[in-house]
Amino acid sequence: MRVALFLTCVNDTLYPDTGRAVVKLLTRLGVDVDFPMAQTCCGQAHYNTGYRHEAEPLARHFSDVFGAYEAIVTPSGSCGAMVRELYPRMGERARAEGRGDTLAATLAPVVPKTYELTEFLVDVLGVTDVGAYYPHKVTYHPTCHGLRGLGLGERPRRLLQAVKGLELAELPGADECCGFGGTFALKNSDVSAAMGADKVRNAESTGAEVLCAADNSCLMHIGGTMARLRTGMRPVHIAEILASTEEEPVV
Amino acid sequence: MSGTYLGMPAFPEAAREAVGNTTLRGNLRHATHTIRAKRATAVAEVSDWAELREAGKRIKDHTLRHLDRYLVRLEESVTAAGGVVHWAADADEANEIVTQLVKMTGESEVVKVKSMATQEIGLNEALEAEGIRAYETDLAELIVQLGKDRPSHILVPAIHRNRGEIRDIFAREMSEWGRPAPEGLTDTPAELAEAARVHLREKFLRAKVGISGANFMVAETGTLVVVESEGNGRMCLTLPETLISVVGIEKIVPTWRDLEVFLQTLPRSSTAERMNPYTSTWTGTTGGDGPSTFHLVLLDNGRTDTLADEVGRQALRCIRCSACLNVCPVYERAGGHAYGSVYPGPIGAILSPQLRGTGSEIDASLPYASSLCGACYEVCPVAIDIPEVLVHLRERVVQGGEVTREGNKVVLRPAKGHAAERAAMRAARWAFTHPGALRTGQRTASRTRRFHPRTLPGPGRAWSGTRELPPVPAEPFRDWWQRTRGGKDGDR
Repeated sequence: MRVALFLTCVNDTLYPDTGRAVVKLLTRLGVDVDFPMAQTCCGQAHYNTGYRHEAEPLARHFSDVFGAYEAIVTPSGSCGAMVRELYPRMGERARAEGRGDTLAATLAPVVPKTYELTEFLVDVLGVTDVGAYYPHKVTYHPTCHGLRGLGLGERPRRLLQAVKGLELAELPGADECCGFGGTFALKNSDVSAAMGADKVRNAESTGAEVLCAADNSCLMHIGGTMARLRTGMRPVHIAEILASTEEEPVV
Repeated sequence: MSGTYLGMPAFPEAAREAVGNTTLRGNLRHATHTIRAKRATAVAEVSDWAELREAGKRIKDHTLRHLDRYLVRLEESVTAAGGVVHWAADADEANEIVTQLVKMTGESEVVKVKSMATQEIGLNEALEAEGIRAYETDLAELIVQLGKDRPSHILVPAIHRNRGEIRDIFAREMSEWGRPAPEGLTDTPAELAEAARVHLREKFLRAKVGISGANFMVAETGTLVVVESEGNGRMCLTLPETLISVVGIEKIVPTWRDLEVFLQTLPRSSTAERMNPYTSTWTGTTGGDGPSTFHLVLLDNGRTDTLADEVGRQALRCIRCSACLNVCPVYERAGGHAYGSVYPGPIGAILSPQLRGTGSEIDASLPYASSLCGACYEVCPVAIDIPEVLVHLRERVVQGGEVTREGNKVVLRPAKGHAAERAAMRAARWAFTHPGALRTGQRTASRTRRFHPRTLPGPGRAWSGTRELPPVPAEPFRDWWQRTRGGKDGDR
């Protein structure tokens, strides 16, 4: 199976380790991974801040780059939700504005083929034990767009539970937002910081060494808060845990 | 809406104070988490919750689509039952109608059932200006009124107060409004409730005019419905000689049968009760029982303008249960007052900028008072996609566009203060549609990584003030990929 990796602009620029982990993990599972070099950004930041018309060319670009692939895999719940949930809505809005079906038709092919990583593993590849080894105590934060936008449900936790050596600690208030919210973190920085601090305190109370999530944007905010509050906990993307093996451990 | 909130600062400034107030945050956290957990239990008991939610949504959407027809039907039914219907286009008109109706009775005081519509139009202040005193009889509204305060929650207006604060307010203020609080009042709930009961009982027995809102109006029978927990509303609805009900036009349902859906979803969503303790219904007047005169004031106040917006109109489905407030992490930290409206929380963030327009600083900032986490949509018993409307209103703020105000189509200009952001978004869009430019930017960031500051200038300062910045990696992913083709060249 040949799939395209949509790494997202944030991961590409700031978290290349997550991308390398996805490649390593999928290759290990027998998937032929391609990284279309022309990929950029799904347009979520534009769309969610109110710049829908600026987001449209980005969505078109996404469709041009990824349209021909069998499946598109992304290690980001929120970018996955952007494509699956909001691209159809952008098409509908364009239609309602009297601009016809062109945008909807352009975006339609990528919508059903886009999968968040844990969804792809569990639903498409049908695996929950990916042969990973990660001897640490981990707590899992289900990010909002993965949880409510894509409905990832128990998939990430099932994958983590199957990891050898991993001790999974329940996170109190797990389904509460960490306070990132894209430009929300800048526009409402006081509230965002208070939400982040509460998330970090809840994570600390589990005694875990690592807070894991399926979205580096949320992890950037949570990790930045952890570092400022000097908790000693580390934020780690789930892909890096799942890619870790006894032969090639990820610390 | 009411002028009470004019001149409110934008949401982020208003929220800052609340975030720093540990008592307030403690009160809110305790109250919202308690009710959040109870609501989840009460909802989980119902096997067909998803169907009820869908039914509620459909009934409301159908009614809103044919609102003109159902309102005329309602007017006919109410008139046939002996009531008088008045139409109010805005807050001033509604206040004027009610004030004149009260004056015609010759009375100078009224008792009030807790009502969002009368809060919305600032009726108490309008009556006060005409020498009429309005007594709030809902316990929480009484606390707010005695404390010369503002409500901060739709269902629990005094949620920001704890028991000690309430005791102090009662002891200090009750004598000003009627029977004073008993000597040595403590902060036990039973004593506080008894003090309020005795204080209010005098008002109920004396008042000749009652003012209410309604949770629902049934078009086919002309029946109005109030659901409540305390029974104070029922006292106001049955004891006075004249009853004036001020109700938003969107509160209508076509038939009596439709109530079955909402009388299940509303109490479970709001107070986490299977059924609320008091459901009062009144249909016009009945000889020898209840009020002998009944007036219904139908309030528009921005509602038909909101109805004209095909994305935003879903906000009018709201049944004011406040489940969205109780799950909202932003509301929990910012408190209700920061929203600058009688409608706080997620629903307030989409309702106020539609009812009032996005012209003021506070209204232009409300669509951004959310991290778009979606918890509000998940709990909404009439499935209002609040995040969708928030994003839609953000678009209105930054890009302008056509809206309906007072029945006329007008084209809004983009709001001020977004020029730099707009330029940044355009630049980012350009870079993201030119992969080569993105790559150059990434490489530059990587090569200069040793010189990156630990704090950011401009809007980024808000980030680096409370959070560490992530380090920029030595090599962006795409360079690694091109160098190794995904590790196939040996470099992992």
